[in-house]
Amino acid sequence: MQPQLDRHLRFTLLSDMVLIRAFEDRISELSRERGRLPGMQITCHGQEAIAAGVVRAMIEQDVIVTNHRSHGHMLARGVDPKTLMAEVMGKRDGLNRGKSGTLHLADPGRNVLMTSTVVGAAPLLGMGAAFAQNYRQEQAATCVFFGDGAAAEGSVHEAMNMAAVWKLPVLFVCESNRWAGAQGHDEHCPIERVADRAPGYAMPGVVVDGNDVEAVYLAAHRLLEACRAGKGPAFLECLTYRMHGHGEMDVQHYVDKDELAAWGRRDPIELYIEILQAEGLLDSRDAVEQQAVQTVDAAVAFADASPYPPPEEALEHIYVQPIGQEG
Amino acid sequence: MTVKSVGQAIAEALSLALEMDEGVFLAGEGIGTSININPHLPTYQLLERFGARRVRDTPVSEAAIAGLAVGASCMGLKPVVEIMYFPFFTLASDMIINHAAKLRYLSGGLSSFPLTVRIKSGLFSAGCQHSHYLESWLTHVPGLKVVYPSNPADAKGLLLSAVFDPDPVVIIEEMPLYWSIHDEVPEGDVRVPLGQARLARQGRDVTLVTYGGAVHVALQAADVLAEEGIALEVIDLRSLLPLDTATVLASVRKTGRFVTLHDATRFCGFGAELVATVAEACHGELKAPPRRVAAPDIPVPFTPPQEDFYRPSAETVAATVRELVRTS
Repeated sequence: MQPQLDRHLRFTLLSDMVLIRAFEDRISELSRERGRLPGMQITCHGQEAIAAGVVRAMIEQDVIVTNHRSHGHMLARGVDPKTLMAEVMGKRDGLNRGKSGTLHLADPGRNVLMTSTVVGAAPLLGMGAAFAQNYRQEQAATCVFFGDGAAAEGSVHEAMNMAAVWKLPVLFVCESNRWAGAQGHDEHCPIERVADRAPGYAMPGVVVDGNDVEAVYLAAHRLLEACRAGKGPAFLECLTYRMHGHGEMDVQHYVDKDELAAWGRRDPIELYIEILQAEGLLDSRDAVEQQAVQTVDAAVAFADASPYPPPEEALEHIYVQPIGQEG
Repeated sequence: MTVKSVGQAIAEALSLALEMDEGVFLAGEGIGTSININPHLPTYQLLERFGARRVRDTPVSEAAIAGLAVGASCMGLKPVVEIMYFPFFTLASDMIINHAAKLRYLSGGLSSFPLTVRIKSGLFSAGCQHSHYLESWLTHVPGLKVVYPSNPADAKGLLLSAVFDPDPVVIIEEMPLYWSIHDEVPEGDVRVPLGQARLARQGRDVTLVTYGGAVHVALQAADVLAEEGIALEVIDLRSLLPLDTATVLASVRKTGRFVTLHDATRFCGFGAELVATVAEACHGELKAPPRRVAAPDIPVPFTPPQEDFYRPSAETVAATVRELVRTS
């Protein structure tokens, strides 16, 4: 059934994208301040419509398994920006007590079940989570996010094969952002559309404009309903572009400037604002953007105020039943 | 108590776990319908008894088998998956090492992975891509627990502990023991705690620490040595991680002589960790340098005389112990 794209939902899709952008713009800025953010920072600039569109098409019982480029998925799912920012900074009050940083975020309470930074591993984890949903006969599905670069990993194929053989409720969401590190699509993928592989695993493969949030939402909604209805896995390829480098320290010296600029003119947020304004649904973008900036300001303030966890806490959280304390 | 083979004892543990907990399921290559119909195989007839929902034959896809376990356990199920032969663990290792063992840590304790990986091990004239003792790879991974039974009662009891442990546990099963070793097994849900070694034979002269199939080789050597008046104490570790250091050290302090034995190759083998542990804790109490008996540093050979050459024998163990006693 075609869902109703009502005013509330459309406003939510916009707010999600704007919040993700504001959150990651701030990470981008902070990463340039010496000593502010430990480690590599990876953002989804330009891919916000996929996070908002897919995640808002999920129901509460659905589960997310994601990868290193995950802030968008987390924020669209309602993860608290404060604890998220504190985690990015490696602070004690971070979502994962500073054990994850930006890379390995998990919020099982919101069904953001796992993140893997081993490229191509998430589909295997997602297939396993979907097995549990199927085993318990839940009316729920698992969304697993990965990129066209990850599609070169054998693990993605093993996950698709097993999910298809067992008709597991997995939506494989391929965010085709054209890049695998510094290697462009033609260097890592012999076909233009990764979704063309889906029929080889007897699952539907759908391609959408990943910068069109409503197109992403509608496709994800339809495929997720089919997953929950026991039709087996599906593959959704969202065509987009990685507007920043692999991480914030990557200056994209290998990127064609005209190509980047052309994709910049197809910014998913700008495109959506144009549509909503043309339909008279959005008087001013300022209110949405100010709200997002305030949320991010509060998140940074919270994260700054939080101390680092004590060094010896590194010894905790390895086992549920720690070694040497067997029952 | 009933006398069972190691294979039958494992089958009993799997059956009990399946009966006791709806969240337990089994998956692996040919664990339901197998090319082998040996009734001593641990999954023999479990498909017939529990059905295809609980006992899953999988594609030949080790990474997916392990990924299935990680993903399903994070959702609260208790998967028990089988890796057909130890060398194939390399294909599953990303899921077990980078995910099962690390994702709880990375989540700051929010997630847990109550999964069990059963790995079939041993020498069976198939060469080094089917036989390779990689237990030291596993024990080098914080976040895993590793057990390695030598007899039917321990196989059953350790497996039950593994299945119901809240953390990822790898149990290494020595296939030739499935049918060669028969012994008494307690009825019902009797568990062997992780991290507790077993005194397999008491002796005052030399401490030998081992695990798995090598325990039986050590006991053969002990019989030979006893006739010569040398009393060998044999400790069967049962768990490699957690390691029962206390039991090992207490025995070494009693005998003052220490030997390790395993079927894995010598260099960086588990024996090296044991020797280091003993040397750090009771160097001054040792009457002689510790000795390691292990396989030579070669891939497991195929042809029978060479496969026999690979595996440390009771004669080698006896000779090493004899020399240790004579020179100290």
